[in-house]
Amino acid sequence: MASVQGALLDLKRLDRLAGGDTPLHRLDPRAKVLATLVFIVCVVSFGRYEISALIPFFIFPVCLVSSGRLPARYLAAKVALVAPFAIAVGICNPLFDRTVLLHLGPLDVTGGWVSFASIVVRTALTVAAALVLTALTGFASICRALVSLGMPRTFAMQLLFLYRYLFVLAEEGGRAARARELRSFGRTGRGLASYASLLGHLLLRTWQRAERMHMAMLARGYAGTFPAAQHGSFGAREFLFVLFWSALCIILRLYNGAEILGTLVTGYLP
Amino acid sequence: MSHHILEIDHLRHVYPDGTEALREVSFSVRHGESVAVIGANGAGKSTLLAHLNGHLLPDAGEVRIGHVPVDRTNLNEARRTVGMVFQDPDDQLFMPTVYEDVAFGPMNLGLSGTELKNCVAEALRRVDAEHLAGKAPYHLSAGEKRRVAIATVLSMSPDILVMDEPTNGLDPYARRQLIGLLKEFHHSKIITSHDLDMVLEVCERTVVLSKGVVRADGPTLEIFRDEALLRECRLEKPLSMQGCPVCGPKGR
Repeated sequence: MASVQGALLDLKRLDRLAGGDTPLHRLDPRAKVLATLVFIVCVVSFGRYEISALIPFFIFPVCLVSSGRLPARYLAAKVALVAPFAIAVGICNPLFDRTVLLHLGPLDVTGGWVSFASIVVRTALTVAAALVLTALTGFASICRALVSLGMPRTFAMQLLFLYRYLFVLAEEGGRAARARELRSFGRTGRGLASYASLLGHLLLRTWQRAERMHMAMLARGYAGTFPAAQHGSFGAREFLFVLFWSALCIILRLYNGAEILGTLVTGYLP
Repeated sequence: MSHHILEIDHLRHVYPDGTEALREVSFSVRHGESVAVIGANGAGKSTLLAHLNGHLLPDAGEVRIGHVPVDRTNLNEARRTVGMVFQDPDDQLFMPTVYEDVAFGPMNLGLSGTELKNCVAEALRRVDAEHLAGKAPYHLSAGEKRRVAIATVLSMSPDILVMDEPTNGLDPYARRQLIGLLKEFHHSKIITSHDLDMVLEVCERTVVLSKGVVRADGPTLEIFRDEALLRECRLEKPLSMQGCPVCGPKGR
């Protein structure tokens, strides 16, 4: 549980990064959300044996990280955290798909391994993009941008509440788990049964908190709808940002950037 | 008609499980008065507070704000008049940023544009928290959370402030800061607390609740001098009125 709390602290750091003051941070959230969406759609839509064409896409997160002055190592560690999931999803591919696609010297590379690598690269790209977006924009602003781009307000509200009370819930859960641990002296205690009642208590407490929050909302005139927040302005800079990155992503999707670069370089070789 | 008079008249509340939290509570708060409601755990303090802005409705008796009984028809008006500061600021601060949280009430009251901005800025200024406007509530310290929670209520310009254990969990500096703040407010105030030293400084009048009834109601100093009464209600003299552990028992 301590590690869960550690992870949450890290999440707070991600949130703090959004308080930065670079031109990228100041960009209207909608522009960043749109560009990231186009990027993700382009990356995900590739065929399953594609790797080389995916590599140039790293330019998007790399550019944003450097011009947004984000800590690259920290973000890379966050991406690595998701890697096990991608590996779990793709690990069976090499077993099922044994068609040999290419030879690297004596090594036969099967389609399974290629598609596995493709899954891992794609996960890295999409997760990195999402993290960079959060670090540049902040979760709340992303939600608001999504609402103004047409997401139902109720979803946004749910997401915001989730994000707000995630920290509170994790702290409560962490405390309860620590209290259990301190009295079980390294043994399993009463095993799963004690976890069951711990979770039950957590649920009840969440329930009570929800009631108190509702009371707090009513006390301040809540009548079923959240007041709309003010919007930033979607100006020329935002338009250019979206246009540039969308165009680049679409071009890289249609033409294999790595291959073009390769032929350019090899074309000049004797 | 003044909104500033709050009357609690023969209030009785029974929870669905049969617990009689309030048996018969009556007292009234006049304009500008600071009243502390003290009592042991389970004496009915929180239940009483929940009635003051209509979150709970009484089984018998009534709460009147400016001579108008609070009922289902005028809840909104009651909630604007009585500003409630919760015991746990995490319950109260639910918006993504401090600014939005303080703006939540006024926005629901229909404010917008510069009017809203000024209102939020003024509320934050009064609790000395302007610099926190852009922060997320979970990034604040306990003292900051408490001050911001008070700002969320001040921004609706209530006539009566109700606070549940305002100094709970604060370090001495933050507590001192809060006491200074409370003394500055000229609202009518109802404060529940176990911090009797704070009560002594902030409230000139004290109501003692015990087992769902008002056991005593009078000037704070007088009540705190009555040791028998305090003991009977599972309370104790505030530390500042007890003898010094070094120079011997004198007390006030």
